Amino acid sequence: MAGHNPWPNEGNTGHIWDEDIRELDNPPPLWWMLAFYAGFVMIVFYAIYYPTIPLANGFTKGVAGWTAVKEYQESYNELKAWRKAKFADKEEALASKPLSEIMKDEDLKLYAVATSKMLFGDNCAACHGAGGMGNPNFPVLADDDWLWGGHINQIYASIANGRVGNMPARGLMGNLTDDEIEKVADYVMALSEGKGNDPSVAAGKAIFAKGMCVACHGPTGKPVAPNGAANLTDKIWRFAPVNDGSCTLMNEQTQRDAVVRTIKYGVNVKKNGHLIDCTRRAVMPSWKPRLGEKDVKRLAIYVHELGGGQ
Amino acid sequence: MSEQHRDGTRASLLDEYEVNSKTLEDIGVEILPVNTGKTVHAKRIPGHYRTLKWIAASVWLTLFFGPYLRWNGHQAILWDLPNRQFHFFGITILPQDIWVLAMILLFFALLLAAVTAIAGRVWCGYFCFHTVWTDVFTWLEEKFEGPPAKRIKLDQQPLNWEKIKVKLPKHLVWLLIGFATSFSFLAFFTDSFDLWKRLFHLDLGKWEWLTLIGLGLATYFFAGFMREQVCIGFCPYARIQGAMIDEATIVPTYDKDRGEPRAQMKERNAYVRKLLQQYKAKGEEEKLMEQFLAEGMDERAAKKKVQETLRQRANEEADHHFGDCIDCHLCVDVCPTGVDIRLGQQFGCITCGLCIDACDSIMEKIKKPKGLIRYASLDDFLGKETPKWYKRPRVLIYITVMTIAAGLLLWKLTHLSPIDVKALHDRAPLFVQMSDGTIQNKYTVKIVNKTPNKMMAKITVEGPKGLVFLTDRVVPVEPGTVGQAIVRVRLPKSALKNGRAPIRIIVQDQNHPEIRTTYESVFIGPKR
Repeated sequence: MAGHNPWPNEGNTGHIWDEDIRELDNPPPLWWMLAFYAGFVMIVFYAIYYPTIPLANGFTKGVAGWTAVKEYQESYNELKAWRKAKFADKEEALASKPLSEIMKDEDLKLYAVATSKMLFGDNCAACHGAGGMGNPNFPVLADDDWLWGGHINQIYASIANGRVGNMPARGLMGNLTDDEIEKVADYVMALSEGKGNDPSVAAGKAIFAKGMCVACHGPTGKPVAPNGAANLTDKIWRFAPVNDGSCTLMNEQTQRDAVVRTIKYGVNVKKNGHLIDCTRRAVMPSWKPRLGEKDVKRLAIYVHELGGGQ
Repeated sequence: MSEQHRDGTRASLLDEYEVNSKTLEDIGVEILPVNTGKTVHAKRIPGHYRTLKWIAASVWLTLFFGPYLRWNGHQAILWDLPNRQFHFFGITILPQDIWVLAMILLFFALLLAAVTAIAGRVWCGYFCFHTVWTDVFTWLEEKFEGPPAKRIKLDQQPLNWEKIKVKLPKHLVWLLIGFATSFSFLAFFTDSFDLWKRLFHLDLGKWEWLTLIGLGLATYFFAGFMREQVCIGFCPYARIQGAMIDEATIVPTYDKDRGEPRAQMKERNAYVRKLLQQYKAKGEEEKLMEQFLAEGMDERAAKKKVQETLRQRANEEADHHFGDCIDCHLCVDVCPTGVDIRLGQQFGCITCGLCIDACDSIMEKIKKPKGLIRYASLDDFLGKETPKWYKRPRVLIYITVMTIAAGLLLWKLTHLSPIDVKALHDRAPLFVQMSDGTIQNKYTVKIVNKTPNKMMAKITVEGPKGLVFLTDRVVPVEPGTVGQAIVRVRLPKSALKNGRAPIRIIVQDQNHPEIRTTYESVFIGPKR
């Protein structure tokens, strides 16, 4: 590409590459030029019809009143209406049928699960984790351990009305000493390993009865009926050691520390209307007022299907 | 390399040409003429290649009869698009196995390349549906309107009732063939007998009508009117195949050395007569007469022998002077694309061999050896040794790829599984600890039923000791659909190595227990 031009009369622009590839200056075809000028004419119409000219305090709105957001909204409403019409019978069935009947209808059940994914992600996953995988000290929903029962109606009740965990500090009488707490903690640890009758934890077992732990956790460490109290005989811990700053009085290192803290400070223990230091927080809000009955039903089915329910 | 100009730019080879516009013609590339004007009315003469062409064309009869073949009560060849299935006799191909189709396409693409590298545009000349349909259409034209000369005359006539009377039957038959073509095409996609029934009830769908009418009219238009213009003007394969031909490819070629200088018989005879007069003037007749008389012949026999000898000598001399081509133009007259093969291999030539038939028939008449136009390669004419086709690298590479494609195809067709199973491991959560201390993983198992019967799929899971699984034991799967089941698998922590354990998900059809497949998956748990 330089001054030397072997084709001086051909009308090229003088841009020559690789010896012989050159740029010519041929006029475009007439039809093309006409379309080009027609394009200019169209600009005027567009400028009048659509928002176009920027002004000091905004822009011309155009005679059509068109905006991108409006167009989007219209398309979205169209889609929503289409969906509503398409699944109207299923939604109707979800709203009117009792849960026990819905659970028998495989098709409806799958529909409920499919339409709950977003609801769960928006409202539940913040605490219970994606897919119900749990978070530290928020219950896992995908396992087989249910504090308030894993039946579909129990799950519905938990979501609809919420649940508040409740465990007194230092036993039901509030009179367990630090030494007694250490002993009962040993007993609870042994229970989880299936060694509740071991002579080495006999002292703890006695305190378990004395402290009236049996009232909620059951005589064997397993609640007689679901009441929010943890099953102490299984391998799942409701509260794991987590130093999240909610406790200034002790430092949890092991699972045993966590058990000690729970017994010492209880769950949701209040004094003068305020939660005491180190007490466990365990509150599930009530969702029925927020989501309505139909969506709660839907979510109950979803949660039931996560872990297989009971 | 080119030298440098004084201003630093390199000199171009093109600088030597003193032209401003350097089109191909300007730089010395010969552009051979192609017929883009009036209709080509080719003569039809019998011959070896003509027969071959009919045999090759008969392959297309399968298009018309294919849809009526039956297999086990179904249509044997059926592209069932609504159900996403392809039936080929006993074989059903579902979208999961659609790569089989890619292998078929690959095989035929490479077959095209290999054949073209060996013997030129065999596809164009003998098998291409456009060539075949055009051939049939012009054959019918000859039946209805007579030989080319008559047709050309008819074309020049003004449009009147007589002309219409001659032309109308041809167009009706053409349209009929167009309809048969589009209908047969359509019948591969839906049940053919049902299609006939629906056609008579005028009960076809929108796309069916559109295909039937559109493809039918396209057949009529392209084979009846566009003809060789399709090959010359817009068929991409013509160009692609042109690029696959090399010096060792055999194509119909005119033997220029033998044929030139060409001369018509008139010119030849005049030359012979001139020679005979020259002999007479030189006194050759008397010389020979004396010789024969001396050999003891009687006068009459000797006189006859003298004439014969001189004529033979003159003919030999004329043969030496002229080439074998008598410029009869028959090779051009029979060409369906209207090219003159004597100008050399060119892109208008579809290598159908009809000019070879034409030339051979003439060579037979004038008692010259056949093969003035023959299948030969450029190397043959240059006197080079042409390697055998199986020794040419490009042919070998094509054939290797073809073999791989055909091998994969055969393997797939003989190992076509009637069932396809995939297990998707749930990721959120990857695993869950259960109350008894075991670890649970969740899988979504998808079962594709490729059989024509309903499947009752029973799912079992095998793995390390202590494995427990929970699922809907039997999943009903309709033919050609996908069934789905959730499987929960539990393993004690002790069974895991480094947080993992291999498991096998086994699916068996309870209706046909021989249908059974295993899916290898992995079980994931905590690392400690």
